[in-house]
Order: sequence, then C-alpha cells, then structure tokens
Amino acid sequence: MNDSLILICRCEDVTLEEIKEAFNKGFKDIESLRRHLNIGTGPCQGKTCIPLLEKTLAQLSGKNEIETISTRPPESPVPFGVFIKRGKKE
Amino acid sequence: MREINIHPILQFSHGKELKFTFDGKTMKAYEGETVAMALYRSGIDIFSESPKLHRPRGMFCAIGKCSSCMMRVNGIPNVRTCILPVREEMVVEKHEGFGKLPDYIEKFAEPFEINKEVAIIGSGPAGLSAAITFKEFGIKALIIEENPQLGGQLIKQTHKFFGSEKEKAGTRGFEIARDLIKNIENSSIDYITNSTAFAIDENKIGVFRNNQYMKIYTKYLLIATGAAEKMIPFPGNDIPGVFGAGAAQTLMNVFGIKPGRSVLMIGAGNVGLIVSYQLLQAGIEVKAVVEAMPTIGGYFVHAAKLRRFGVPILTSTTIKEVRGNLRVEKAITISIDKKFKEIPGTEIEWNVDTVCLSTGLIPSVNLLAQAGCKLKYVTSLGGFVPVRNKDFQTTNKNIFVAGDVTGIEEASTAILEGHIAALAILEKMGLKTKKLKIESIKNLNNLRGSPFSKKIIEGLKEVECE
Repeated sequence: MNDSLILICRCEDVTLEEIKEAFNKGFKDIESLRRHLNIGTGPCQGKTCIPLLEKTLAQLSGKNEIETISTRPPESPVPFGVFIKRGKKE
Repeated sequence: MREINIHPILQFSHGKELKFTFDGKTMKAYEGETVAMALYRSGIDIFSESPKLHRPRGMFCAIGKCSSCMMRVNGIPNVRTCILPVREEMVVEKHEGFGKLPDYIEKFAEPFEINKEVAIIGSGPAGLSAAITFKEFGIKALIIEENPQLGGQLIKQTHKFFGSEKEKAGTRGFEIARDLIKNIENSSIDYITNSTAFAIDENKIGVFRNNQYMKIYTKYLLIATGAAEKMIPFPGNDIPGVFGAGAAQTLMNVFGIKPGRSVLMIGAGNVGLIVSYQLLQAGIEVKAVVEAMPTIGGYFVHAAKLRRFGVPILTSTTIKEVRGNLRVEKAITISIDKKFKEIPGTEIEWNVDTVCLSTGLIPSVNLLAQAGCKLKYVTSLGGFVPVRNKDFQTTNKNIFVAGDVTGIEEASTAILEGHIAALAILEKMGLKTKKLKIESIKNLNNLRGSPFSKKIIEGLKEVECE
C-alpha cells in the first residue's frame, strides 16, 4: 500500500508514511508525534486524526493501551478579535 | 445541478434566493442554506488546497466537526462553511493552506456575560429532550447549538424507528425531531443556534456567536455534543467525493442535494445500510456496499431492502484505494481473509464519483476533556467516553452527559438519557423527581433488552461508576 497517499491528519497534511518514519526514529507516543509532525494541532484540533493516530500507534507498538491527548480551548476555530474589548482598540 | 427533484418521503421547499461571491464569481443560494451546501449544489467540489501537499479538499462531515470545508469568509480564514448560513453579498474565497489573515480588522462586538442556572450544549435528541424535561418542572434551560437548526442529526433521519411505541417506534426520525423542536419553539425555552461552545472552565462556558464572545456562567451543565464521523486510512482518503455517510444524509435529506451520481458505501452496519437505501430514494446509484467483517453488521430488514434493489453487499471486503484528480473517479475494493489480510487478485474496480464511509462514529468528548471530566476508552461505545454514574453525572459533579457523547447508540436511547440527566439535575436542585428518574432508568434498560445491545451493555459496565 502506498502510505504516502494515506492522509491521517488533514489539517496539517500528515501521511501514514511520515508517522511510520517518525515512529522508527523514536517518536513513539502521541505527544512526541504531535510536537514532531504537528499532527492534531491544526484547525480541527485533532477531531479526525487523533482517533486514527491512536489506532495506528496501537498497531505499530503492539500495545493494547490507547493513549490520547490533552485538549485545550478553543475546541473549534474562533477569530481572535472576539476577545478584544472594544474600548481598548484605536 | 445536483438538485433532488423527486423524493418518495421528503418535499423540499427553498427559501428566497440570495447572491454571494465565491472567488469573485457570483453564486446563488437559498436563504437558510449554508455556504458549503450552496456551493456543492452548484457543482463546486473543491473548497481548499491542503497546506503542504497541495491536495484538493472538499467537504467531509458536513456538520461542523472536521475541518475539511474551511474557507475564507468576509476576509476571515478557517471558517467552517458547512454550518455557516449564506448571507446576501457574502464574500467566500477558497483557502490555500492555513489561509491568509484578514487585510483589515473586523469589528467584533464586545464580549458579554450571562448567568444561567442550566445550560445544554447540543440540540440533538438528548439535548432537546432534556430541555423539555426542565421546562415541565418550570426550569428554563439555555440550549447552545452550533448548527443553524435545532435537532442535531435527527433532522436527517428519514427511516422509521424501532423499539416500543413509547419511544416513538414507527415514526420517522425527522418527524420525531420536528415534534421536539415544535415543543421547544412553542414554549419559552431559550435557545441559541449558530453558536459554538468552544471552551469550558469550571462553571464558565465560552461561546462564539455572531462575531461575539459570550461568557455563560452556569450552575449545571449538560453536555450532549453527539458524535463525529470516523475516518479510516486508505490511499486517497482525502480526495473530494469521499464523505462520511452522515454528510451524504445531510446533503440529501436536509438540503435536497445529490451527493454524487454513483456511490460505493463502505461499511454494512445500520448506518451504511440505511444511508445506501436513502441514496437510492434520492435517485442516486449505489454500486455496492462493502463490509470488512464476514457478516453484515446491521439489521436484516435494512439489508433485505437493498438486496431488493439489486445492490450487492460484499462481506469480507475492504476499500483498497480511491483514485481521482479533482474528485473521486474510481474506487478499488479487495477481498480479505479471516485475519483481515488482503487476498491478491481479488480486486474490483468501481466507477464511482462518491465513496461514503459508514465505518463508525466517535463520541465528541473534547469539551468534556477540557472540563477535566474523566474519560475512558471503550471500544464498543466508539472510543473515549465520559465516566459517569446512573444519573449521567460525570466526575465533575456539576457536569452531566447524555446521548451519543456517552457512547454510540440510538436516537431513542438519547432521548431517554437526556430525560434522565435532566431529572437528575432537577433532583439536585431540590425537586421531587427521584421516582420518575428511577422509572426512566428502568425504561432505558428495557430499551437495551435485545441481543443487539449486548456489546453496549458490556461496554457500559466499564464506564459506569457509583
């Protein structure tokens, strides 16, 4: 199978091939992979890719345990402007 | 262009015509329609170019959960166009990579705060049922919904529900939703749509609405955020025309738009079977349904309906690859053995422009994770789900859950769970709801009485605490 055409993270364009390469280099857990490949750090905040990555990692490591990421706000994209109070501008 | 003109169950009435621009071209939309739907109706498949590999991207989930439909709207990048209603003279542009920042500073309204005794995030069957229960006891809850319409995914279910009469068996899903919504609209229950809850911090919810930041302080919170479509890995899984099966339903059954001309369905669980039949009803060709397991996962009646239309259901078969430049042009499936190993030489090529994935749903637990509620991975419930007690109270004492976010099940169970969670919150407020609550918990257990629910019951044992 052509792993370079299998998209795991759509936001950050991370393929299965890249994940396998990174895993073999020693990035064996979700948090390190996230820092190394930016997987799960795009606009959707890992809603599509992290579950896929969890399974992929379980397969690669042969471990049954599924680990996940910590999530922080915002859960969905929000324009930064909404946090600015009108009075402070201009 | 992709209009559904005749439908055996649904009648589509369009709102007034609006005009907006897409990359400088004038486009047509109907009032009430979202940007992504209007574009797709006009034959636009590609909404963005991916950031590093420069691949074309289109819609995938169509309910605001993935990021595939993001575009630049009125200068603001990363806007989820599948849930954003079109406004007259809106300026929509295709995204390149992560998008460009606005050329000018958009005026945002000043943030404001409100207090509410109870807030409900999500207006699917669980959320609506809870709101109605609160109303019956004289408590006004606030419903927060990120889609333009109330009703969650129930508004697109055209099939009749199973179960007992009490749980609305024999009624079509969208009719159940219509009744629930009518009940909400005719009473004084507060609800806000097009409003995204994006943060939870203790008793505070951050909501984005109308270019404004709303802080909602609440004593009790019910999270009924439902679930998202599961993606699976195969070459070409990001090509426009690869949809979640639910997205196909949204297109057809909510907006009257054909998702494609010919479809290959991946997964023969109930969702795969039901959506395949609904595609046929919308006048779309379904080439086949493929299922990796050796047996069909869904109910026999649904499979039988498809067979009557001559749609083959191929078990022990998986998707090998999807090909296409700007849109799906071809799908290749392959037989697999008992160990899920591909059997060389068994490939089949399908000339389809659409591939639908009905390979499962994942509970949308992100807000619960933010709130510090304990989660646990349970395969039979769809992934990480909140640990909770029989009252649907999470490990965060003031946060309750109901519906698919607690584990993937049916709309009928979601309605009951919303009811029970609301009764439990009312009980904490000091109202006498205990008897009714216990009775409702009993009803919920009865609803799970069939052998189909065996795995669910096993899974629940792992997450239910005292």
